[in-house]
Amino acid sequence: MNLQVELEHHRRVLIVRLRGELDHHTAEAVRTKMDEAIQRGRAEHLVLSLEDLTFMDSSGLGVILGRYKVIKSLGGKMVVCHVNPSVHRLFELSGLFKILAIYENERTALSELEVVS
Amino acid sequence: MSEKLEQISDHDGNFMTLQFASRSENEAFARVAVAAFVTQLDPTMDELTDLKTVVSEAVTNCIIHGYDNDPNGVVTITARIEEEIVTITIEDKGNGIEDLELAKQPLYTSKPELERSGMGFTIMENFMDEFEVVSNLGSGTHIRMKKRIESKKALYN
Ligand SMILES: Nc1ncnc2c1ncn2[C@@H]1O[C@H](COP(=O)(O)OP(=O)(O)O)[C@@H](O)[C@H]1O
Ligand SMILES: [Mg+2]
Repeated sequence: MNLQVELEHHRRVLIVRLRGELDHHTAEAVRTKMDEAIQRGRAEHLVLSLEDLTFMDSSGLGVILGRYKVIKSLGGKMVVCHVNPSVHRLFELSGLFKILAIYENERTALSELEVVS
Repeated sequence: MSEKLEQISDHDGNFMTLQFASRSENEAFARVAVAAFVTQLDPTMDELTDLKTVVSEAVTNCIIHGYDNDPNGVVTITARIEEEIVTITIEDKGNGIEDLELAKQPLYTSKPELERSGMGFTIMENFMDEFEVVSNLGSGTHIRMKKRIESKKALYN
């Protein structure tokens, strides 16, 4: 499959790095892996890191919004980092950037979440 | 080459047709194939990303909405280049759309249980210069969209 999900726990924060192409075909695996990691790891917050994401369409918006809802229902916070201009445009069109905080990199995202928790 | 094909390609334009099974693994294939065809216009990376995204949106819609994920459906794509304009059509022979105005609303999806975002049509409308949908209940959906590729002009004028 043309998409890899890398997971890393950093205290109560789950870092999810997506590498490759996020579309309808790869969306389901991303959803399953992220939901499993959220449940298993007792993660409170989530950083979605998109530095190596080479393609995304509206199916990706659906998965991201879905995970945002999961984390929120568990009382946590989800943020995104390394958002390239084309992904940013999709966030703007859909209004997702209004509910998801965007950070430059993992370090700034983490330090923000550590203040929250 | 048959006589008919020769005739069609006789003008300045160029074209291609692509047909494939309605399987989600073909979504990546479809967008890469269209992008490769359009490369002859020397598009920018941004233009290519826009084209790949709209192809991905339309093909995904054929598969999940047109054919309800039945892999026996057929998706047809054509791309035509005339001067610096690329015209893409994407078609299925599936369910069709009952209320097109509703379907085109940003964030509207008929399949929220699949975590759809309802942004496909909005993206196609925004990323392309022209966009039209013809759909008939029970017989399928046809999308036609156009985009002017600016990069070549910018380079040579
Ligand atoms: N090819 C198609 N065949 C049947 N219905 C379609 C097709 N394309 C789109 N639709 C309808 O239009 C709605 C909106 O499409 P879109 O904006 O791409 O959102 P999404 O795919 O996230 O549902 C779909 O939920 C579906 O009801
Ligand atoms: Mg869609």
